[in-house]
This record gives sequence, structure tokens and C-alpha cells, in this order.
Amino acid sequence: MKQIILIILFSFAFGQNEMTVDGIIQAMDDNLNAKSRILTSKMVVHGRRASRTIKSKNWVMGTDLAFTEYLSPPREAGTKMLKVGDKLWTYSPQTDRVIQISGHMLRQSVMGSDMSYKDMMEDESFTDLYTSTLEGSVIIDGRDHWIMVMDAKKKGLSYPKRRAWIDKEYLLPMKEELYAKSGKLLKTSTMDGIKKVQGRWFPSRFIFKDELKRNSKGTEWIIDEIEFDTDIPDSRFSKALLRK
Amino acid sequence: MFRFVLKGILRDRSRSLFPIIVVSLIVALVIFNRGFLVGTMNGMFRDTAVISSGHVKVMTHAYQKESQLLPNDLALMNVGEIVEILHLVYPDYFWSPKISFAGLLDLPDEQGETKSQGPVMAYGIDFLSDNSRQYELWELEKRIVSGHMIQRSDDALVGHKLADKLGLSLGDRVTYIGTTMNNAFTTFNFTMVGTFNLGMGPLDKQMMLVDIEGARQALDMEDAASEILGFTHDLYYNDDNVITIRNEFNANHSDTTDIFHSSMIALRDANQMGTMIDLVDWSVFIILGIFLSIAMIVLWNMGIMSGLRRYGEIGVRLAMGETKGQVYRSLILESVIIGTIGTIVGTLIGLPLTYYVQEVGIDYSAAFENLNSTTLIMSTVFYTKVTPDLYYIGIIPGVLATVFGTMLAGRAIYKREMAQLFKELET
Repeated sequence: MKQIILIILFSFAFGQNEMTVDGIIQAMDDNLNAKSRILTSKMVVHGRRASRTIKSKNWVMGTDLAFTEYLSPPREAGTKMLKVGDKLWTYSPQTDRVIQISGHMLRQSVMGSDMSYKDMMEDESFTDLYTSTLEGSVIIDGRDHWIMVMDAKKKGLSYPKRRAWIDKEYLLPMKEELYAKSGKLLKTSTMDGIKKVQGRWFPSRFIFKDELKRNSKGTEWIIDEIEFDTDIPDSRFSKALLRK
Repeated sequence: MFRFVLKGILRDRSRSLFPIIVVSLIVALVIFNRGFLVGTMNGMFRDTAVISSGHVKVMTHAYQKESQLLPNDLALMNVGEIVEILHLVYPDYFWSPKISFAGLLDLPDEQGETKSQGPVMAYGIDFLSDNSRQYELWELEKRIVSGHMIQRSDDALVGHKLADKLGLSLGDRVTYIGTTMNNAFTTFNFTMVGTFNLGMGPLDKQMMLVDIEGARQALDMEDAASEILGFTHDLYYNDDNVITIRNEFNANHSDTTDIFHSSMIALRDANQMGTMIDLVDWSVFIILGIFLSIAMIVLWNMGIMSGLRRYGEIGVRLAMGETKGQVYRSLILESVIIGTIGTIVGTLIGLPLTYYVQEVGIDYSAAFENLNSTTLIMSTVFYTKVTPDLYYIGIIPGVLATVFGTMLAGRAIYKREMAQLFKELET
């Protein structure tokens, strides 16, 4: 009887940090994803010749609906993008045209950055899309991380395989390697500036690097303001709003 | 002796007329042939030069390495200043910036939605600045099928096949969709003011020409250009000269630590043009050599025929005491005079003929019609080219071949047996 009591006490004392793989992924989803989000961000694109900063405001609802309005620099200001499902429309005030961009273009670079439209405009749930396996643990910069390998559950994802270094306290993928189906490394991403936003840990800066771009110096995505689970009217995701 | 021979030539037309006609024709043919070969090859080089390489072109070292990808993020900056310097340092060439870019061309319907869309390969050319020779280079006067030349920076000329494919009409506003030099997404409206037919197969199916300022606005490339193309003022490609300035320029711009340092390449450095140029040089040399050999054999044969015809005359001259050497030398002098007259007459025929075809050209478009679907980039109108060597090249077949032919034929004089002369003359 004594032994049983000791085991129960030990499990209470030491078992609280032991999470299941599904639990880790769910916690990560809870931190990163939301029903909706409105964010103002800066994208610092480090080109081969110079760096550019592009400011934008995004309204995102799940994985299907997203609206982006570019605020600066002047050449990009007023450009708007609407994503509904696999369709993307872009409006440019210079041409006063709404142009649809076909599906595969969603994987293309946004404004010359290392991020794709999908990277920027989608709020993907790891739990729904990937099967995860714990590969091990590692200490990076004095912080404990799990190494998690995630394989796609369904076809057609931009990154069929991911390897994530998940901070055990923040429950965020501090570093990720994103792979093609062939196993080729497509992108790496890191995040920092973690802070509490509406009760969740969230990074204030992501750094994406397209590993297929030779001499790429990466793109910083700096989140200036973010609100989660705010009600966004359906009209925000209408084509009519592109021209307004 | 000279006067004696000249009088003989002038008074005995049977001795001079036929040889002079033959020599003149051969000289005229050689001149035209050389002008045609050089002109055709130069035309082929010119098309490549105009469309892609210039006789020389300047770009950044980084752009050169990835030029197949049209990496405008590696384009030349401060182009106005670079062009000014190039004009000063290399005044034998004129310099013109160019932007090469690709993307989609989108035609809207009445509601502004996409009506038709297709890939486009576009060139931003300096059409509108003062002293621009780009209309002449692109030969747009005769290549524009409908509409008019570019007059504004947002005007566009579209390949007639591309215009047909997209259903474009003159005056349509078409939207270019692509990326800026910063790789940012961009859209820009051009007005289609005309269609053109380069007669260069696939290029007509996807090409659009715009003014460089329009391209700069579309691609956010202020005072930038993918390349600066240089052409000789007479548009004649001189490989040796081009190689010299290329080496000189690159020696002065060899900062390997800066990937954006300017680099110059010659037409022969573009794709496999070097092999082509060498091949052309050799083939011109070989064809001309064969042509000269045939001319020489004809003239040799003519000398033999003449020797046979003048068998009796030579016999009499030998019998009267002229030495074989004197007779031989007089025949050679005669051939020099005939060759010189023939060369002058032949040059006077060949040069204007070559010049005429240089200006008018020979249209082979019907023969090349089936090749329009291939990837061959070549004009279907061939032009000759009057080059300085055409003024004196006639001397080789006209004088040298005539003299050499006479020398070979004249050897028969030394085979004459003096003892047999009177016996031969009796018959």
C-alpha cells in the first residue's frame, strides 16, 4: 500500500512536465492558431542588394479566408490581397485591376520575401494536418526543447514534412525545418521575442529563410500588433472590398 | 614591251574580249559572293545582337552569372552615368540600355476581370530618347504589322501571334503581371499601339516591346537596366575589335570582391556564338578558296585555249628570234593587263550589285515559312554587306588567278622544239 502511495506522489511531483506528443502539438496549436486574428506587421526582406521593409495589415480567419492590405512603402501602399480557399485575388491601385492568381501561385514568394502567400495568410492546425513523432530533447541557449518530426496526414500540403524544436515552456516551435516530399529542405524558420498575448505565448518576430534561393539572407516578419479571436465581419473577405 | 602588248590586246579583240568578259564575271561573282556570305552572317549576328547580346554588352558580374533567369534584382544601377562614360571611352560604339523581363499579359473584360491571359517575354528598349537608333536596329518600319510606333512610355508593341492568341485589339489596355527588381509582385498597364512580326518564329508568339521608361516604371527600376548594349556605328560586327575592347574593359573592372561590378561580354561570348563566328569565318574562307580555285582552273583552261589558238603566232615569234622567256613574259604581261581590266570592270559590276542587295535584300520568307514553328531565331530576308575588302578582293581572281593560269598554260612555250618550228609553220 505504501508503494502505491509513493508512486502516486512521485507521479504528481515529477509527472506534471511529461506531456504526450498529441498534447504538445495541441498546446502549440493553441498558442499559434486562433479562430481569427487581426495583425499589423512589418516584413523586412533582405535582398541581395538591399533590404526593404513592407508594412501590412492582415485579417485571417482559419485557413480559408484572409485579407491583406499593404500600408507601405508608397509603391506597395494600397495593394490588397484576398484569399478565399485556394483562390487569391490581388488589387493594385496603379492599374485599378483585380487580378486572380492561380492556385500554385499561393506557394510563390510574397513581395520578394522568403515567405509564401500560404505561409503568411494561413492559420494551419498542426493537429489536423500532421502526424507527429517525438525525436528527442535538446537544450538550446539554456532552454529545454523537444524535437518533433511531423509528417503530413494528407496530400497537397506545402511542406509534407517538418522538424520542429519546441520550447518546453513556451510550447512554440522556436525553430523549424520545412521539407518537400522528397526530403529536400525547402525553408527554415525561427522565432523570437516571445511574449504573452491574450493568455498565450506568441512570438513577435519570425525569420523565414528560403533554402532554395541561393544567397538568400532571409526575411524577418515582425508582428507589431496582434489580436486573436476578434469578430471579423464576412464583408471583410469580399472582392468588393479590394477596390475600396 | 608594255605598249606592244597593250596594242595587241586592243587591236585583237579575239585575244582580249572573251578573257576580259570571263575575268570580269568571275570578279563580280567573287565580290558578290563574299558580300553575300559576310552580309548573311552579319545579318544573323545582327539579329542576335539586337535581340540579346549587342556587339558587346555591359552588365553586372552577378547578372551575367544568372542571366538565363533574367535576375533584375542584380541589374545595373546608375545607368545614365555608365552610358555617358561608355560613350566617352568607346566612341566607336553607341550604347543603349535594355531591360529584359518576363511575366503574364492579362487582358481585362468590361468588368475588369481577366478575359485572357498568357506568358510574355518583354524587352524595355530605349525607343524614345533623342538620337535613339533602336527603330532602325529593330527594323520596326517594316516589321510593324498594324498600328504605329511607340510614342509614350506606357505604349507597347505586341508580337502579332501573341496579340492574336490573346485576342488583343489596337488601343487595348493590357496588364503586365510580374515581379519588380526587388522581386515584389507588380502589375502595370500598357496600351497596345501596334503589332509586329519579326519573322523569327517563337519570338513573335510571346514577345512584347515597350519603352525602357515604361519597363522601369513597371519593374521599379529607376535609372537601372538589365544590360547596356553596344553597337558599332555602321552595325558591322568586327570580332577582333570587339574582343579588344572587351578585354580592356574587363581588365579595368576586375574587382572580384564586388559581385555588382560591371562586366563586358562580346557577341561571341553569348550562348554558342563564339563557335558560330569561328565557323562562319572558316566557312567564308573555305567557300571563297573553293570559288577562287575554280576561277583559276577556268582561267588556266582559258590560257591553254588561247595558247592553242595562238600556237602559230608564238611559233612565228620564236622563229623570228624572240626567246622563249621573252614570249613567256609578254604573255604574262598580257594577262596582267587583261586581269587588271577585268578586275576593274568586274569590281564595277560586283560592287553596285552587292550594294543594291545590301539595301533591298533577298526575301526568303516563303522558303522559311515552315521553320517559323521551330526555335530558330533568324531573319528571313538576307542582305549582302559591302565591306572595305570588296574594293580590292577582285585582284585575287582577276589578276593573280589570270596570271597564274597563264603561267601554267605558258609552260607549253618551253616545250616547243625549235627544230620543229618551221616544219610546224609549213603545215
